[in-house]
Amino acid sequence: MGKYILRRLLISVPTLLVISVVLFTILALAPGDPMAQFALNPEVPPEVRERVKASLGLDQPLHIRYLKWLGGIVQGDFGFSFATRGPVTDLILQRLPNTLAVLGVAYVIAVLLAIPIGIVSAVRRYSLFDYSATTFAFIGISVPTFFTGLVLIIVFSVKLKWFPFLYDSRLVVSDLQSLGQQIRQSIMPIAVLTFFNAAQLTRYVRAEMLENLPQDYVRTARAKGLPEVPVIARHVLRNSLIPVVTLIALGVPTIFTGAIITEQIFAIPGLGHLLVKSIFETDTPVVLAITFMFAILVVTFNLLADVIYAALDPRIKYG
Amino acid sequence: MATVTRPLAAEDVWATRKPRSLWGDAWRQFRRHRMAMAGLVVFVFLALASVFGPSVYTADPREIDYLSFQQGPSVAHPFGTDNLGRDMLARSLVGGRISIAVGVAAMLVAITVGALVGALSGFFSKADGPLMRLTDLFLAVPPLPVLMLVIFLFRDPLRAAMGPVAGIFVLTVVVIGLLTWMPVARLVRAAFLSLKQRDFVVAARSVGVRDTGLIFRHILPNAMSPILVAGTLAVGAAIITESALSFLGLGFPPDEPTWGRLLFEAQLYLDFAPHMAIFPGLLIFLAVISINYVGDGLRDALDPRKTG
Repeated sequence: MGKYILRRLLISVPTLLVISVVLFTILALAPGDPMAQFALNPEVPPEVRERVKASLGLDQPLHIRYLKWLGGIVQGDFGFSFATRGPVTDLILQRLPNTLAVLGVAYVIAVLLAIPIGIVSAVRRYSLFDYSATTFAFIGISVPTFFTGLVLIIVFSVKLKWFPFLYDSRLVVSDLQSLGQQIRQSIMPIAVLTFFNAAQLTRYVRAEMLENLPQDYVRTARAKGLPEVPVIARHVLRNSLIPVVTLIALGVPTIFTGAIITEQIFAIPGLGHLLVKSIFETDTPVVLAITFMFAILVVTFNLLADVIYAALDPRIKYG
Repeated sequence: MATVTRPLAAEDVWATRKPRSLWGDAWRQFRRHRMAMAGLVVFVFLALASVFGPSVYTADPREIDYLSFQQGPSVAHPFGTDNLGRDMLARSLVGGRISIAVGVAAMLVAITVGALVGALSGFFSKADGPLMRLTDLFLAVPPLPVLMLVIFLFRDPLRAAMGPVAGIFVLTVVVIGLLTWMPVARLVRAAFLSLKQRDFVVAARSVGVRDTGLIFRHILPNAMSPILVAGTLAVGAAIITESALSFLGLGFPPDEPTWGRLLFEAQLYLDFAPHMAIFPGLLIFLAVISINYVGDGLRDALDPRKTG
């Protein structure tokens, strides 16, 4: 097992290196000059522009820039933002709590909803509950989050005026009133993401349960006189959850990228919002840092999913 | 499942029934899936409406009419008008063309690349390792950020080279396709791995059929069902992705409406003109859910375990 984890770790390093080279090259070769804002300004003489370029390290050849950038990342330094002139790491750390507050909560609620719904839906297959759950789940995976978000805004902000339009990140939770405000402004973005994630997970849980329910060991458990609840909870559920747990792990990075749109709709100043803004501002260091962070998340959680799978399922032998 | 009104003699049946084929069976199975049939009808209707709709409903999607801006649905403007008084139904119909075309074209890119990579890595064991590494690599790429990045960076040169609409179309389609072929490759590889051991392939090889013949004539047709299912679902995913890009302002030029672009514009007027968001959003939703139901039905219909 330890050997397996080590080998997987060693494979993920070159994967990340290749991704970093590709990302870096795309950004470096792209037409579009980060110095464009200076080029357009006649008050900035060419020699100043050159000096700014040199201070940002942009006068050096591509491979040197790449190695310097990579060396920085290894030490947790993502360079400086072109737009704010501050360290990228600070920018990211500033935005991260907003993303986590919405995303983390939404994902946890989604998991907590999806598992029981999926179980009941599979056990009572073809019941009214099953039909409504599968239909809702199908709608959930087919409706884009930007549309759910806009509909929620129209219904609850514009028509009913229950929740605020935009997310106020400056709100500090200090007393009950501000806590209530925080909850009210988080409900809609959380609901959007919960709906989407819960729909996907419910489908997985249901499918896995249905895969296991007709198996021989379930019949054996019933035949030996075990009541239905322990049959489901101790036998079927435990086997069905193995792939579900790995899927939950695999889903974590996708919720980060999914947040790009939700944050845009509700103007939540999180990571996704920062990414969109930086892409439009050609703020290369920030764009590089966030996309590469997403790649690290994907690779890490893929690894985690495989390890969890191996740990939970004794039938799987890794050599 | 035709109802037989009089008892038929055995030779009668053989004489009147057409031979059953795999695809015929699948179609019979598919027709029984009510939601899939409904999905097929809705999707075909949406596609036909965006192709032929603008010639039937002749309102000009570009005609600006400040006197009737942000009007709700009415007889004159069934979907209402936008902030410049342009007819939303006409814009939605035209928008559907690009959205559906992007979905279908990106799916074609994805299944072509996926089938090719999957076939090569399933057929040639030497290529398997490197190609699967490549697939894993692509799976580690976060799709939406990279899409946004590539489109933002390369849209101007392509626009200059191929024209505003064609340039963005090719870029969006190719990039979505290149970032979503991996599941197809894995499915095709798995099918190839099991099929290439079968007797009919060994027999074909023994009579001297070359590798290309084996791959394209003998194995690939038998691996069509997973490709078909994955392809159907990829259309819906690509429509959502294109709409998301347009919604973020990274899609087609402003004068070229797509469903996502219409939503992007509607965002600012949610308080006075919610219909501007509702109609294009509903169309995206309808298109995606109908094609997803088709994919669901196809999966059931092509699953040999379920035939009965």
